Amino acid sequence: MNSYSQAFDWLADPAHWSGADGIPQRLIEHLGYTGLTLLVAIVIALPVGLYIGHTGRGREIVVPFTGALRALPTLGLVILLALGLGIGILPPLIALVILALPPIIAGAYSGLESVDREVVDAARSVGFTGAGVLWRVEVPLAMPLIVGGIRSACLQVIATWTVAAFLPLGGLGRFLYDALPDQDYAKLLAGSILVIVLALLADGLFALIQRLVTPRGVRAGRTADIRTKTQSPTRKDPSWLAPEEA
Amino acid sequence: MNWVVSNWSQVSEYGLAHVWLSIPPIVIGFAVSVPIGWVANRYRLSRGVLLTVAGILYAIPSLPLFALLPSLVGTRILDPINVEIALTLYAIALMVRTTADGLAAVSDDVKLSASAMGYGTLRRFFGVELPLAGPVLLAGLRVVSVSTVSLVTIGSVIGVNSLGFFFIDGYQRDFLTEVWVGIIGTVVIALVFDVLLVLLGRWLMPWTRRQRAATRNLAVVQSETAVLR
Repeated sequence: MNSYSQAFDWLADPAHWSGADGIPQRLIEHLGYTGLTLLVAIVIALPVGLYIGHTGRGREIVVPFTGALRALPTLGLVILLALGLGIGILPPLIALVILALPPIIAGAYSGLESVDREVVDAARSVGFTGAGVLWRVEVPLAMPLIVGGIRSACLQVIATWTVAAFLPLGGLGRFLYDALPDQDYAKLLAGSILVIVLALLADGLFALIQRLVTPRGVRAGRTADIRTKTQSPTRKDPSWLAPEEA
Repeated sequence: MNWVVSNWSQVSEYGLAHVWLSIPPIVIGFAVSVPIGWVANRYRLSRGVLLTVAGILYAIPSLPLFALLPSLVGTRILDPINVEIALTLYAIALMVRTTADGLAAVSDDVKLSASAMGYGTLRRFFGVELPLAGPVLLAGLRVVSVSTVSLVTIGSVIGVNSLGFFFIDGYQRDFLTEVWVGIIGTVVIALVFDVLLVLLGRWLMPWTRRQRAATRNLAVVQSETAVLR
């Protein structure tokens, strides 16, 4: 517990809250990197995911591909691109965008696939065009899962930018890597706490967004979660009664 | 390729270390998740609480968690046990949800039939519910396996060596081949683990061999959405 009080002393020290190596500066860098990565990844991944989910085509190619991407070690990919493409923010940015694609693609197509086919058929039969079905029926209903995919990607990106500070980069990971060679455990712990708090806040924020984008009708239906219902049907259900009683 | 041959002893040593670091979190994570998943599925309250805790746990980035654990559980900073504990926690966080969902998907009619035939709670769980949830559990376990093998490499940053050592060393020596060896080695281990899990699943669940397509699709979709929460 002593190391915690040292870490909090480190965090409370005003000297660590200003300058180019201060907490605000590192936080802004981390948020900037994360935001940029997510933006690029969303621009690429969302159309792909929506196309697969809407048309059902390309699933066989993309699904194994995104699964294989999951096996790629993040640190390895970051270092590979840094060595191959040189210094600067671009190589790790490319690596992180690649790593952020699978969850966003999976969120989009599994979101569209989760939409009841009867709802889609109903929309078609009342005259919605293909684009109308996609934007006014499928996407609104799939929004919680689409945002869920971006939420996963965001957590992954925050974590990987921390690891990527292995390269000469800014961000909160800097505190961890600067503390390691000096065995400065207070700084290591303080930096770790900062990253964890940031990740949990981002997760909470996305949880809130997920709730906000859930269509009202879906939310109403969701309160009766079939999974947690008691197992036996109610007595009012006639099929549960013996034939002569029904 | 020449580099791999001339440094084979080092490659195989770190490769083996990688395998040994990956196995305990996967096995222990699975063993612990089944009872927790059962509790999560059993009551509405415990489902909410346990799945929220699992979600929060899974949101914590790995490197800071490695750094945080020594002061939490009193281990030494460079002890591999920190990496093992952290990866086991991630495995549990992922598997609890999958287990709860897999058990929830077992048809109520089947469970009632088993009870009607005189199965007690324990026997019904191990004889009926667990095998029927098997394909979903397997899909979840495959995700756990892949992500564990990949996350082990992050341990190299705090001196717990695996194939991830080659990333750090390759960067310091500006030697691309070494980084490639680390990446390909990690992917190969992940692939071998995945194939072994699939074979284990076919051996333990012979009935899934024939009706594969349908159940596998369900399991894949479920594991994907499990990752997304």
